Amino acid sequence: MATQHSRSAARLMMAPAVILLLGWMLVPLIMTLLFSFKKYLPLRGGDLGWVGFENYVRFVTSSAFWPSVLATLAIVGGVLIITVVFGVLLAILLNQPMWGRGIVRILVIAPFFVMPTVSALVWKNMFMDPVNGLFAHLWTAFGAAPVEWLSQASLQSIVMIVSWQWLPFATLILLTAIQSLDSEQLEAAEMDGAPPIKRFAYITLPHLGRAITVVVLIQTIFLLGIFAEIFVTTQGSFGTRTLTYLIYQRVLESQNVGLGSAGGVYAIILANIIAIFLMRMVGKNLDA
Amino acid sequence: MGRITLDKVSKSFGDVEVIPPLDLTIEDGEFTVFVGPSGCGKSTLLRLIAGLEDTSCGHIRIDGNDATHVPPAKRGLAMVFQSYALYPHMSVRKNIAFPMKMAGVSEDEQARRIDAAAKALNLTDYLDRRPGQLSGGQRQRVAIGRAIVREPAAFLFDEPLSNLDAALRVGMRLEISELHKRLKTTMIYVTHDQVEAMTMADKIVVLRAGVIEQVGSPLDLYRAPRNTFVAGFIGSPKMNLIGGEEAARHGARTIGIRPEHIDVVEDSGTWQGTVGVAEHLGSDTFFHIHGTGLTETLTVRALGEVTLRHGDTIHLSPRTDQIHRFDAQGLRIE
Repeated sequence: MATQHSRSAARLMMAPAVILLLGWMLVPLIMTLLFSFKKYLPLRGGDLGWVGFENYVRFVTSSAFWPSVLATLAIVGGVLIITVVFGVLLAILLNQPMWGRGIVRILVIAPFFVMPTVSALVWKNMFMDPVNGLFAHLWTAFGAAPVEWLSQASLQSIVMIVSWQWLPFATLILLTAIQSLDSEQLEAAEMDGAPPIKRFAYITLPHLGRAITVVVLIQTIFLLGIFAEIFVTTQGSFGTRTLTYLIYQRVLESQNVGLGSAGGVYAIILANIIAIFLMRMVGKNLDA
Repeated sequence: MGRITLDKVSKSFGDVEVIPPLDLTIEDGEFTVFVGPSGCGKSTLLRLIAGLEDTSCGHIRIDGNDATHVPPAKRGLAMVFQSYALYPHMSVRKNIAFPMKMAGVSEDEQARRIDAAAKALNLTDYLDRRPGQLSGGQRQRVAIGRAIVREPAAFLFDEPLSNLDAALRVGMRLEISELHKRLKTTMIYVTHDQVEAMTMADKIVVLRAGVIEQVGSPLDLYRAPRNTFVAGFIGSPKMNLIGGEEAARHGARTIGIRPEHIDVVEDSGTWQGTVGVAEHLGSDTFFHIHGTGLTETLTVRALGEVTLRHGDTIHLSPRTDQIHRFDAQGLRIE
């Protein structure tokens, strides 16, 4: 874009996309902000006027608030740890020359194609069901009492289901990163006397730093909003009520749009706090 | 000490034999250059010595000890890779320290050796930079520094200068030669560039398709190439290889005469032809001569002052004592 003329033409042509994007983002955000300052009960009188910060105070002082924040963080943290650790291991495995590697790679990616609702239902009914589930059969085969996964280990179960869905994503990104590692570096380290574990720690892992950062950042954004997996399994009971699910309950089950909107604003703040922490911790991997 | 002996070493990848059984001895302190066209197996041979590839057959001995199945780190060899293979996330200091850290050398000793290497290689100002912030020549020196601090029995260089520009290459060539004179350690150097081979080597090993064509000092190879391949490969510009009747007159299938051994004469030379392309280098001029009655185009080196142009007629006479004769198998006839 060399000339003044072409620059202004470019602006004109980008305008529709920019306006659409802003509208898409700003309208819901402003609506949420507006509703959060109102007492708005759709089935019990509708719009009952402005109430200031009352919704915000009620949302935070509710006994469900802090447990929901902790549940959200536990799920996000658990899934991140599992997907990054197993993602690195799987990526290394899939990078080895082995028979049928192409098919195995496709199979590994498969869970990502399954809709969250479907995968959660499959896990709930086929694996974790205490009577008919595969795990129940496995446990009884060894003479143990079947675990009632979704009530006894509800949070862990959700983490497991979500990790299963997101592991392919992590594996895929880490695999491409591993493939870009210069094999001469590994050979140089081998000549320098580094055994396999140290080659992994000093060469492979630092090389993967940037890819791991990308995986963590992208997954955090999506995991903060997981909903379907909780909706079709525990319905938010047994300590699996995340902030997203709490907001849903406030808006749709209690029919209190104002209170839910205030929760939504808290969710935005929480997401930003986490984003800032993450950028501080891992963001420096992204420069240079 | 670093005397390396290869005893009937061979290497196959699947059914393809890259290196047929081969014997070679590299003496302690010798600067040996493996040279050959690309794909001739010279890098594979170096990697076999390094231990990065397993031999299919035969034995490698380092200082008399069988090292065939010794892992690379335990062979006491240091390698400089074509891509330098520096660790991009570590500073220059940490890069150089890495092999010592792996070997468990004490911190003080590490610092001492890093300082010495940095001083020798002019890297003192760059120790805290990352490899990404260095120029090609500096990266090359870091790679050499990382090799030096290990105090290896032998250095292995895998085409270390091929990523540098021409001017830098000449400079680094000198630096590596000086390093060898100073350290007096065995060095094995792989290159496809016969100029590097000629200028640096104590001993040149010419390879073709995994087979050693000739081993000898640069001047031995220049003066008495064992066959037509070595004759054509060593020396720049290439030796003129002439077949047909002209060769038969000398009792050979092919004769070879180097461009610098053909004199430009006033008239009535052995050959008469027209100048095709004239390459003026200042000190020398290379003429490519057509129409001599020979099937081959002749290359002739003349002094820079000779000012013949395209299309001019030229008279040439080869120095008969400098004519190399080769038989039907391409082997030298003494």
